[in-house]
Order: sequence, then C-alpha cells, then structure tokens
Amino acid sequence: MKYLRDYAHSRAGDKGNTSNIAVIVFEKENYEMIKNILTAEAVKDYFKGKIKGEVKRYELPKINALNFVCQDALSGGVTRSINIDKHGKTYASGILMYPIE
Amino acid sequence: MKTLRIAAGAGFADDRIQYGIDLVNYGELDYIVFECLAERTIAEALTAKLKNPMLGYNKWLEYRIEPIIKKAKEKNIKIISNMGAANPIEAAKKVKEIAESQGIANLKIAAVTGDDVIEKILEINPVMMENGKRISELGKDNIVSANAYLGALPIINALAQNADIVITGRVADPSLFVAPIAYEFGYKSDDWDKLGKATCAGHLMECAAYVTGAFFTDPGAKDIDGLDNLSPPICEFSENGDFIMTKLPGSGGEISVRTCSEQILYEVHDPSEYITPDVVADFSNVSFEQVDKDRVKVIGATGKSKTDTLKTAVGYRDSTLIVAEVSYAGFGCVERAKITGESALKRLKRFNMPITEEKVDIIGYNSIFSEEFYPEKVIPNEVRLRIALRIETKDEKILYFIANELRAITGHNGAAYYGGSDLNIKEIIAIKSALIPRDVVIPKIQLTEV
Repeated sequence: MKYLRDYAHSRAGDKGNTSNIAVIVFEKENYEMIKNILTAEAVKDYFKGKIKGEVKRYELPKINALNFVCQDALSGGVTRSINIDKHGKTYASGILMYPIE
Repeated sequence: MKTLRIAAGAGFADDRIQYGIDLVNYGELDYIVFECLAERTIAEALTAKLKNPMLGYNKWLEYRIEPIIKKAKEKNIKIISNMGAANPIEAAKKVKEIAESQGIANLKIAAVTGDDVIEKILEINPVMMENGKRISELGKDNIVSANAYLGALPIINALAQNADIVITGRVADPSLFVAPIAYEFGYKSDDWDKLGKATCAGHLMECAAYVTGAFFTDPGAKDIDGLDNLSPPICEFSENGDFIMTKLPGSGGEISVRTCSEQILYEVHDPSEYITPDVVADFSNVSFEQVDKDRVKVIGATGKSKTDTLKTAVGYRDSTLIVAEVSYAGFGCVERAKITGESALKRLKRFNMPITEEKVDIIGYNSIFSEEFYPEKVIPNEVRLRIALRIETKDEKILYFIANELRAITGHNGAAYYGGSDLNIKEIIAIKSALIPRDVVIPKIQLTEV
C-alpha cells in the first residue's frame, strides 16, 4: 500500500475558521496522477466530517502543488477553538495518510 | 545592481532570542525584521495594557533589543518590528531607555500607530467575514480591541525620516518586509508588480525559520540535518525584483525548493489573489531555482491594484473554556478514559449546565482525528483524557461548579488507575475579522531621538 506521504509533502495553515492544506508533489512526473486522485471532493470526504464547509482546490503546476482551501474546518478558528490543535496544522499529516494505490 | 540584505529575526511572538543576535553578528545585513504578532496577540496585549498602561507591547522586547541594539547601530542595520503590539509608543520609549543605558547616540526610534480603530469600529459597524453578521452583534461591552492591518507606507515614511528602529502595532506581516524594499528602491505606491514581488519575499520571510527547516522535518519521509541549529532566513533582494532566499552559513536546516514550496502556500487561499494593504499579489506563477547550496532564486510573482478596504481584527470576550486532563496507562486504558469522559458529561447534563460545546479527546487515540478516520486500529500503551467544555456565562458560581465537577472526576471519582490530573479555566478572547474603508484609518509616526 502506498500513501500520499510516499509522493508528496504538505503544510497546513489557518486564517480564521478556514484551513488551507498545501500538497507539494516531490517528482514532477507524479503531479498529474496525484492531481487526478486528490480532487476537492475527495479531500472533503476523506476527513470524515471534520471539514464542515466547502473545499476549493487551486493548482500550481510550476511548483507541483495543490492548495486546498477548506471552509469551516477549525471549529471556530484558532482564537476560540475547543480543539487541541487549534491551528489545524495536523491536517497536513492527516492528508499524507491518503491511500494512493 | 544594488542588492538589499534583509533578515527575519523572529517569526512569532515567542521566537528564539538568539536568532536576532546571530543575524546581527554574522548576517551582513541592511535590515532585520522581527515579526511577533499573531491574530490574537494584540487582544491579549491589550488586556495587559488595561491593567498597566505602560505595558501592552511584546514581553520579549527588551530581551530581543538589548543584546543587538548597539551592534546594529554600529553596523547601520535598521530594525523593524511589530513588537509594539497594543502599545508602540511605550515600546519605543522602552527601546530609547535601552539605547540610553548603553550610551548609544544619534539613534532615531519611530513608533507607528493608527492601527487601533476601537473608537470607530461600532460606528462603521462592518460585516464580520466569518459569519456575515454586523460587528455590533458581538455586544459593545464584549469588544476589547479593533486593529486594522496597516501596510508598508507608514514604515516607509519613518525610514524616510531616517529612523533606525521602527516599532509598530498591527501591520500586515509581509508589509514589514515590503517597507524596506520599497523605500530603498524607491517604489511608487502603484508599482504593483514590484510590490507583488516584494510581498512574495515578505511572505516567504515572515514566519522566519518556517522556510529554513523548521516545521518541516518528517524523519524517514522528509529529513533535514541540524534541527537543533536552525537559522532564520535572509533575503537578498535585487533592484530588478528577483530575489534569493538564503540563511546563515554553517547553520542547520536548509533553504531549498521544497522548503520554499511549502512556505509560499502557508496561510494562502487563492494564490493568484494574496491581498495585503499594499497590493493584491499573485503567487500563482512563482517558481524556485536552487542556484547553490542553501540559495534559492525566486521569480515570477506579480501584483495588481490594492483594494480600497483594510482587514481589521476585532477582539472580543467570547466564552470560557474549562479543560480537564488525566492520564491512563496499560491494559484497558482507552476504555477507562472513555468511561470517565462519558460520566463527566452525563453528570453535567443532569445538572442542566449552560454548556454550548463539549469535546472529549483521548490523546494518543482520537484527539486530532476521529477513530473512524484512521485506517488501522492501534491499541495505545497509554492515553491522556482531555475533557473540554465551552461555557457562555460570566456567572462565576456556574463556572466554578463545572470546574469542580471536572476536577472531581479526573482527580478522584473517575475510572481506576488514573494519574497526573490537571485543570485549566480560560476566558477566551476571540477574534473576528472585517473589512473597513481604507480612508478611516490614519497611520501616525512618532519619532524620538537619543
């Protein structure tokens, strides 16, 4: 079994109650394959209800990256969240567990 | 071609003191920028100021400035920082005091104010970006702070008046870096592409070591060397708008295409529309080239006309969070944590307490992601139970009753074999954001000289 961690690295950041999860594919030749698998809808479903709002995907082919902007994903945002990880930075490690093949 | 060397001496409020010292000593710098203000920091600083009007600036200010101020002046390295937080005027006074105590002469210190719009915010009554409601719905008495994000312009003006040190409150993070670039290269305020490139540099720099190997290594999958010896970044910005990201020689970590690729998207939504007070920058065509070890050339950022509003962070008293924790180990530890958490909630329901949000986490098992998220079930050796409750009342009797219940069940009345219980009550000052017209915000500069 291969996971996204074998093909890419990731960083998640917060602005208010919105999380952005950036996925950067290590090798250019895998970018299209990862892009086809990791749709905005796939990412939203994958986190099993943790992302309450819309997920929008931006493509950055020059740096082999995808940026997922996830609305209502931080239980109110860093300044009021009840979560341990108020910034949602662990979304990045979560997405790297995405099964690829 | 003229090149400017700018370093990031801090990337968050509590960043390493040593970074500034190393950079001033060995960085061959023109400027050092300390970015020390998160979303909520101003609201917290303001509560300190309410208790003591001499406070309200970054608590590390003296510790950061004291060891570098003399050498920075000798080497003509200018210092820019938002460490002023809720009180740039007092912060500048403190810097002056430090300079005087070290016998430094001919030093100009500028305090930038005007970001504080608390007096006007209810009158403007803008719509909150998070929920579409008006700011007034937070309740007048609950609002504790309102700070607009200033841009580079007041800092540029301070530099034009020969300030050696510029202390600000709320300024958009990249603008702290855009200011010296725009000032030194004489950008006009509508040089959108140039401002877009400078903003790209500022964005890569603003979190300091996040671009040099901090928040990066994942042993086995993404290794770096020397996590114990990281350096913050140094940007070599050229007159033509290209720039090189690098770091102190001999330091750990790395500046590479992969570290820059992570940081360029950090806290970015639409990469073609990165909105700051100075410009709407476009990072969508940025590319990185490793031109040498720990040297990455960055090209391709552009910009377009700035918007006519400024983002404003409004701090308000939101609620109280009560969090209790206790550990369990060995066979059945997850089950013991579960039954304790469930019993706590059951009891509080019985007393009909005004709890508006509850979360029971079993740390080491399901506290970040849910059980069903993980593909494989692993039985941990030990776990820590965390019960977190949000209560929206200021009635202390109720707060203490709930706190007592949590303390009692995690400290005595829960499942077998508990250890290390802890309880924390915190009044939450939260932030909502709103856009306000640019022209209601009037930045001011106050200069003092030693």
